[in-house]
Amino acid sequence: MKEAKQMSVSAIENGTVIDHVPASSLFKVIQILGLDRIDNQITFGTNLESKKLGRKAIIKISGVYFEDEDINRIALVAPDAKLNIIKDYEVVEKKVVVVPDNIVGIAKCMNPKCITNFETVTTRFKVVSKKPVALKCHYCEKITNQENLQII
Amino acid sequence: MKNRSLVSIDDFSTEEILKILDLAEEFEKEPTQKLLEGKVIATLFFEPSTRTRLSFESAISRLGGKIVGFSDSSSSSVSKGETLNDTIRMVDNYCDLIVMRHPIEGSARYASEISTVPVINAGDGANQHPTQTLLDLYSIRKTQGKLDNLNLFMVGDLKYGRTVHSLMMAMSRWNTTFNFIAPEELKMPDEFKLYLENLGLRYYEHNDFTDIISKADIIYMTRVQKERFSDPIEYEKVKNVYVLRNSMLKNTKPNMRILHPLPRVNEIHQDVDSNPKAYYFEQALNGVFTRQAIVCSLLGIK
Repeated sequence: MKEAKQMSVSAIENGTVIDHVPASSLFKVIQILGLDRIDNQITFGTNLESKKLGRKAIIKISGVYFEDEDINRIALVAPDAKLNIIKDYEVVEKKVVVVPDNIVGIAKCMNPKCITNFETVTTRFKVVSKKPVALKCHYCEKITNQENLQII
Repeated sequence: MKNRSLVSIDDFSTEEILKILDLAEEFEKEPTQKLLEGKVIATLFFEPSTRTRLSFESAISRLGGKIVGFSDSSSSSVSKGETLNDTIRMVDNYCDLIVMRHPIEGSARYASEISTVPVINAGDGANQHPTQTLLDLYSIRKTQGKLDNLNLFMVGDLKYGRTVHSLMMAMSRWNTTFNFIAPEELKMPDEFKLYLENLGLRYYEHNDFTDIISKADIIYMTRVQKERFSDPIEYEKVKNVYVLRNSMLKNTKPNMRILHPLPRVNEIHQDVDSNPKAYYFEQALNGVFTRQAIVCSLLGIK
């Protein structure tokens, strides 16, 4: 009997696994964490079946550990993401992401008349609601909600 | 308050607001003093606003300060494509304080972060206009003798009117009861109503002027602008509904006063002007004293 061909995403020896990313947010997560600009080995799978998310994505990054502050930046697009910290093929720590109180330089203000959409100003928001996400612009004081959220 | 900027009314605590109102009272008694002698103040008006600019310039001139600036961006290097960043970094070398009016929202906050001297926001698009709010508070306190426990009626464009939103937020510090009178299209937005609910303050909404105004301590009128309506027929339907006439004031309280940020068009009939309850022109004069108090506070002179 012929053996079914299977491509396996191999386990990593040291690094971080980011699981439970909504499939639609995979490339945003890659962009926010700057994974497209590093030399480490990265494997990712997307459109995987998930009871919770429908279709999820998973990212395995070899040899990289994130600071909480950095990883929380993905909370805007992947609020349910879970991190496994791997050392010697073992999960040594599990983390969940937390929406931070302030967001600097990730999101775009949806107000077309906001100064941040006219001059090169780093956007800054106060998080006024965490679920669903609502951001109050530090400059124009208008609210950008989840459905209008754009990542810069 | 020395060396601080005034961008949004929320930048100041209740105590700081009251301190400015007290100082404005002093200036009302003695508006001409030499306090700003040797000071240069820049008035940068990236869009024209004659009323606000003249009020600031009058306030500064009466205190002996000198003014540099422009009243319209077409006469400045902005028309050559200079960024706001560059304009501010250039101008702050020349002056002790900047008064800025700009059509882009958030521009004043941004300018205050770049500038080495205090910035006073004289209006940034639809966002904030805190000196208007302070002069409204001054006018309310002066006519009512207090700010606490008043019944404030707001009429007209409650959806887009930035003066209405700032005043509502500011007055929510003093246990105010609010009554909103507006057409369906220009109702007070939910986010502001939610703000009042969270504070446990009472508010009532009406579609029409009725005898209800007999309960008012202050009626704050605003202009219903034609360009706010997507359907011109809707505008025609409501344009005469929100007009205040002298005959409607019969049963109002003796202490009641009518305020309006001006300019008015037809929303207050001219027959109201001679009624002692009409206060909008004195309100404009109060703007000069209030702005004197703000400028001197931020410069640390008073």
